[in-house]
Amino acid sequence: MTAAATHEVTATIPHGPFDVLRHSWVLAKRSLVKTWRTPESLIDVTLSPIMFTLLFTYIFGGAIAGSTKDYLPLLVTGLIGQNIAFASVGIGIQLNADIEKGIFDRFKSLPISRVAPLFGAAMGDIVRSILLIAVMLATGYVLGYRLGTDMWHFLAGAALALLFSLCLAWGPMLIGLIARSQRAVQGIVFMTLFPLTFASNAFVPTESMPSWLAAFANANPLSHLVKSLRVLWNDPEGPGAVTGGWQGPVSWTLLWCGIFVVVFAPLAIRAYNRKA
Amino acid sequence: MRDVAPPSYGIAMSPDIAVEADGLVKSFKETKALKGVSFQVPRGKILGVLGPNGAGKTTAVRILATLLRPDAGRATVAGFDVAKHPREVRKRVGLTGQYASVDEELTGRENLLMIGELLNMRMGDAKSRAKELLEWFDLTDAADRMAKTYSGGMRRRLDLAASLTGHPEIVFLDEPTTGLDPAKREDMWDVVRAIVERGTSVLLTTQYLEEADALADDIVVINHGKVIAHDTAENLKRVVGSQTLKIRPSDLAHTDQVRAILAEVAADAAHVDEPRRGEFSVPVRDDSILPGVVSRLATAKIDVTELSLALPSLDEVFFTLTGERNKSLAGATESEEVAS
Repeated sequence: MTAAATHEVTATIPHGPFDVLRHSWVLAKRSLVKTWRTPESLIDVTLSPIMFTLLFTYIFGGAIAGSTKDYLPLLVTGLIGQNIAFASVGIGIQLNADIEKGIFDRFKSLPISRVAPLFGAAMGDIVRSILLIAVMLATGYVLGYRLGTDMWHFLAGAALALLFSLCLAWGPMLIGLIARSQRAVQGIVFMTLFPLTFASNAFVPTESMPSWLAAFANANPLSHLVKSLRVLWNDPEGPGAVTGGWQGPVSWTLLWCGIFVVVFAPLAIRAYNRKA
Repeated sequence: MRDVAPPSYGIAMSPDIAVEADGLVKSFKETKALKGVSFQVPRGKILGVLGPNGAGKTTAVRILATLLRPDAGRATVAGFDVAKHPREVRKRVGLTGQYASVDEELTGRENLLMIGELLNMRMGDAKSRAKELLEWFDLTDAADRMAKTYSGGMRRRLDLAASLTGHPEIVFLDEPTTGLDPAKREDMWDVVRAIVERGTSVLLTTQYLEEADALADDIVVINHGKVIAHDTAENLKRVVGSQTLKIRPSDLAHTDQVRAILAEVAADAAHVDEPRRGEFSVPVRDDSILPGVVSRLATAKIDVTELSLALPSLDEVFFTLTGERNKSLAGATESEEVAS
């Protein structure tokens, strides 16, 4: 009956500045284990992109770039951009399900940082993006796509794409935290993403669009990412060549990444603190 | 004994009080969930918060567990103000909600390990704590199955185990047995008693007087966001009658005679009640009156279809305390049939 009994095994790691990272990592592991258990949840980053690549290559390739081979350098990078955007709906749905099932109440009653569950979800999602990029490149390779630059440019491009997906994810996370059902999350996120992905340089040159649309497409964050990938990955002299250095589009992409985080992260954290 | 001196933070609070709620007010849009609720949980004791659905029990628990901020009023948990030092409160409490908040796609063991790691336990400690809790809650065989394959009772136990992972000083149990069948309910009661034996203080919300009576040292009755009674289980039962005698005469012509007999034996004649037509109930002090009632019925040649003694339902508690019928109450009577 002594109160001391409740303190018997509490040999814990002292709380400190690295708690947020450690707790986020514990929660990222949770996402990873769940992803591993339900491989079908990876369809949107594996089979869907393969299907898109095949369809687009043979349907649009001839019409847009003259031949499927010339279209591939445009398409592979464009599809990576589009699918990174589409795959971000998954994280919103996951957060929404966590709220519905009450597991966030558990996290909120623990002495952990309020942002840890959100960071953890975003960190766990990186694996999906890595898988997506790998699948896209492999599919492209089979169809005849080749990287035109060196290893470092390739890694820089891949890192930029991952960073973009990590920052963009705060948008769907915010929707996931405020929408009332998983279906609503899906509807709202896709409604936003469709114009973002198609009114961009992902599939067609923006020069073919009416001027107002081209203006939107050129400012579109996804266009900047796709252009960065084209510059970083493809031989500037070869098919799908992009003129201009990589500094311009990469800076724009980084700026957009910053904007996503600065705008959506505080709103998402506020929504999490209020709701859940 | 605490290993650290109780924090003061300018609040004078007895070290014997684990939880103190003082005038808590909380509204959600138009609904006033709490209209000034106050109570205390003494250290090492169980406080039962008894009330129907929508009375404000869950809101009060969520405020005390730092999940919600009160609009007004103050609450102190383990010596810390919930609004000013929520993190200190979270280090010392465990919460088991009305809906089992475990991750269904993780196994029982993974759920407990995750909580242990989030509480900064070293991996080895988290593992041994998980093992210990799984054994205690009889989940060892199911430990490596995903929680979504668990029965309702198993999920509740896992949820409770998760709340106890960090050896909390105070545990909040929000309707821990709602929806469980009676046998599972009593298992849960044993667990709650075992928790308190280890020195933990418990705040338990329930819709069942029987449960509050079986577990709680003190009972607070709340309705529509207000405390309508605060007493020991003993005193509360003295007010509402420790048991309820229920009689249903087979012939409605005998109703007046039945009423008269009940009024004679009742703890308080004014409380003879007819909840349904032809069915009478009255609070009585103990079951020794039963033979007298049976012989009186026999003498008067009154046949009955039902004659039973039961703990009063929440509905009857409210009727006695407020004189009003509460339409939203779920009947929660465990009746002990003696004749039919």
